[in-house]
Amino acid sequence: MARDWSDLFITDGARPATIGDGASLADEPERRRGFFKRLRTNLSKTREALGAEIQATLLEGDVDEDTWERLEEALIMADVGAATTARVVGELESEAAGGAISGGEALSRRLAGMLAEIARTGEDRIDLRHAPTVIMAVGVNGTGKTTTIGKLAWHLQHELGLKVVLGAADTFRAAAVQQLEGWARRAGCEIVSGPEGSDPGSVAFEAVRQGRELGADVVIVDTAGRLHTQDDLMAELAKVRRVIAKQIDDAPHETLLTVDATTGQNGLRQAKLFSEAVPVDGIVLTKLDGTAKGGIALAIAGELGIAVKLIGIGEALEDLRPFDADDYAQALLT
Amino acid sequence: MFDTLSEKLQATLSDVRSRGTLTEADVNAAMREIRLALLEADVNFKVVKSFTSTVKERCLGADVLGKLNPGQQVVKIVDEELTALMGGESATVDFASRPPTVILMAGLQGSGKTTATAKLARYLMTEHDSSVALAACDVYRPAAVDQLVKVGGQVGATVYEQGIERDPVDIARWALDQAKRDGKDVLIVDTAGRLHVDEKLMDELVKIRKAVKPTTVLLVVDAMTGQDAVNVAEQFAGAVAFDGVLMSKLDGDARGGAALSVKAVTGKPIMFASTGEKLDQFERFHPDRMAQRILGMGDVLSFIEKAEAQIDEDEAKELERKLRRNEFTFEDFLSQLKMMRKMGPLQSLLGMIPGFQGAALKNVKVDERELDRIEAIILSMTPLERRRPDLIKGSRRLRIARGSGTSVQHVNQLVKQFGQMQKLMKQLGKGKMPDLQAMMRQGR
Ligand SMILES: Nc1nc2c(ncn2[C@@H]2O[C@H](COP(=O)(O)OP(=O)(O)OP(=O)(O)O)[C@@H](O)[C@H]2O)c(=O)[nH]1
Ligand SMILES: Nc1nc2c(ncn2[C@@H]2O[C@H](COP(=O)(O)OP(=O)(O)OP(=O)(O)O)[C@@H](O)[C@H]2O)c(=O)[nH]1
Ligand SMILES: [Mg+2]
Ligand SMILES: [Mg+2]
Repeated sequence: MARDWSDLFITDGARPATIGDGASLADEPERRRGFFKRLRTNLSKTREALGAEIQATLLEGDVDEDTWERLEEALIMADVGAATTARVVGELESEAAGGAISGGEALSRRLAGMLAEIARTGEDRIDLRHAPTVIMAVGVNGTGKTTTIGKLAWHLQHELGLKVVLGAADTFRAAAVQQLEGWARRAGCEIVSGPEGSDPGSVAFEAVRQGRELGADVVIVDTAGRLHTQDDLMAELAKVRRVIAKQIDDAPHETLLTVDATTGQNGLRQAKLFSEAVPVDGIVLTKLDGTAKGGIALAIAGELGIAVKLIGIGEALEDLRPFDADDYAQALLT
Repeated sequence: MFDTLSEKLQATLSDVRSRGTLTEADVNAAMREIRLALLEADVNFKVVKSFTSTVKERCLGADVLGKLNPGQQVVKIVDEELTALMGGESATVDFASRPPTVILMAGLQGSGKTTATAKLARYLMTEHDSSVALAACDVYRPAAVDQLVKVGGQVGATVYEQGIERDPVDIARWALDQAKRDGKDVLIVDTAGRLHVDEKLMDELVKIRKAVKPTTVLLVVDAMTGQDAVNVAEQFAGAVAFDGVLMSKLDGDARGGAALSVKAVTGKPIMFASTGEKLDQFERFHPDRMAQRILGMGDVLSFIEKAEAQIDEDEAKELERKLRRNEFTFEDFLSQLKMMRKMGPLQSLLGMIPGFQGAALKNVKVDERELDRIEAIILSMTPLERRRPDLIKGSRRLRIARGSGTSVQHVNQLVKQFGQMQKLMKQLGKGKMPDLQAMMRQGR
């Protein structure tokens, strides 16, 4: 079963499902089909479909040494990484050797199942029942934090009828505030910002304060992109978090790490070091509309137990989706 | 922490020495480690495949009775092949015979184009004394124009922008006219990030290319890119035939295997390295250093090799004598510094020293820029001053600061640090000096 928005967000339920001018949640399956169709045409028109290769090798002929090698190749090419690939293929191989599964079709079904199992880890929903719920977006430079926030704000406002306030705590990058302002305008929500170069902590503090004052349901705080290797900047992130907690005890309630789907093995380091600096509650896997498979998210889920919660599939307002482990596993092999 | 490639190879091949030859099985085992190391560094799977088969050929015929152990021998071959694949010379942009030289920036979303546009402008303004203008052709991403105006302004470049209502192709053409009218030497065209499979936007890029006829097209590639780098590079090469690559975000800890992949599949050189968010964090790309980075730090072999090549045993003895007798001067310091730097970036050198890896290294940050400054300061001293740092006062300081393009504070700081170092060495001299030669032998 594919995952819907209503599976992702935990709300208090009292709220009407549809407010605003967006499409109602009832239309969701329709829209989902639209998305996957779009994703698929995008993929198929681009390259020697990796999936076709796998399906063929798994389905045709006998399962032999070659089968496993090709399988490894496919997963490596999807950026799953050598360790996770070896683990998955090894397990599948021993299951096949033990006679538990036979035939290419059963094998590929089992494989997809295994991948989805790994991807499905920990808490994979976002609890919006705080008043307000504070969400903080963190991540390496250019991975898609600001864009994701814009899309998320739009969805929360238009689909869930929630009141959203944005906090522009990227006070460093040139025109970062204007960029978020552009998104606030599109999403139709309030934005709190400070002067360029000002303390990100105080902007975040102010955003949460104003969010409470305005009766916002959700406050989303944007932060400057930073490399996980920059100790001082990682410490700054922890400080922003602490400052937010001064306003609301258990806030931020949700810290989302954006990971670019084109990222290779460094993504694992990113997730590890970011989650050491601030507790990361979930991954947003962005730019899945390209040809990159985002396999590193599987390694992150497998090794660090952090689940992907959202995926980015484009640059428009509606290009954000809840993550679905089964679909993802399928896409890794399609 | 995972072990280094050379350690793994040494373990894999530990019993070869007694036998004296590498068997096919030995080589296969070594290739497995190499393959894993390269994949870990994000070198494309297919590139790894062809690369390991080349290396395998060479290893099978290799002599392992030399002074290197078999593991080191294999690493040496890998290093040589990798360096050859990266390309030796560092390439750069061409200048048009009739200005303006036009440089077109292209790449995926968020790869670092806009930042690199300003950095390249700054680089050309300072290194080539060029007058540079920038064209704002990203009309899609919110505040993209504001961002370029801002970073362009910070480096003192002229920014041609027409808001976001016009077609990017028209803006590019208009900007070129402006650049000609204003007599600019260089026009750098910033474009919107685009997916290599987005037909509409790729088509737009082709049109921009036709409109401004760039002297050089640069593809900006994020150093953290994984296996998909080859798809991206091939598609962009097919559409706009880029001339070179600019690797961004090399300041992180990504091994940067994408650089090798892109070079291998397109044959285009990596020209520049973007190494931070600040606009002066930009340099020419050094292909030879990249091979080292892809293989990872802590590479004992290259340390030994380079150290062997650079350190003359007599020189080392003489140095030790001087240190003991506290005759160590700025002159010696400079030659030491130069010798060290010939071996490569200091940060990676530290990683090569056995026992210095892992935790210890994490807290040591070497600023190469700082070393540049130190070198410049010492070079601006007279021979007498280098031998007698106590003479460096008042007007001498000012002269040295001017000569080295630094400040009096910098000169003061260095002289002070040097004094402290001398004191430290004196203390060390009384005790036992660490034996540099022995330390290096340990690595074998
Ligand atoms: N194709 C595609 N592009 C995306 C997606 N998400 C973000 N982008 C683009 O990626 C680029 C960078 O996105 P930003 O939102 O600015 O990234 P950021 O993490 O906020 O960047 P910094 O604040 O500079 O660190 C922009 O051009 C976005 O339009 C996605 O899901 N698909
Ligand atoms: N650490 C680091 N950050 C960089 C480097 N180059 C760019 N960045 C950062 O990466 C992010 C994206 O850079 P941009 O220059 O906006 O990238 P872009 O390719 O123009 O992005 P789009 O126009 O959205 O496609 C920003 O946060 C930059 O500050 C670099 O070399 N090192
Ligand atoms: Mg941002
Ligand atoms: Mg840009």
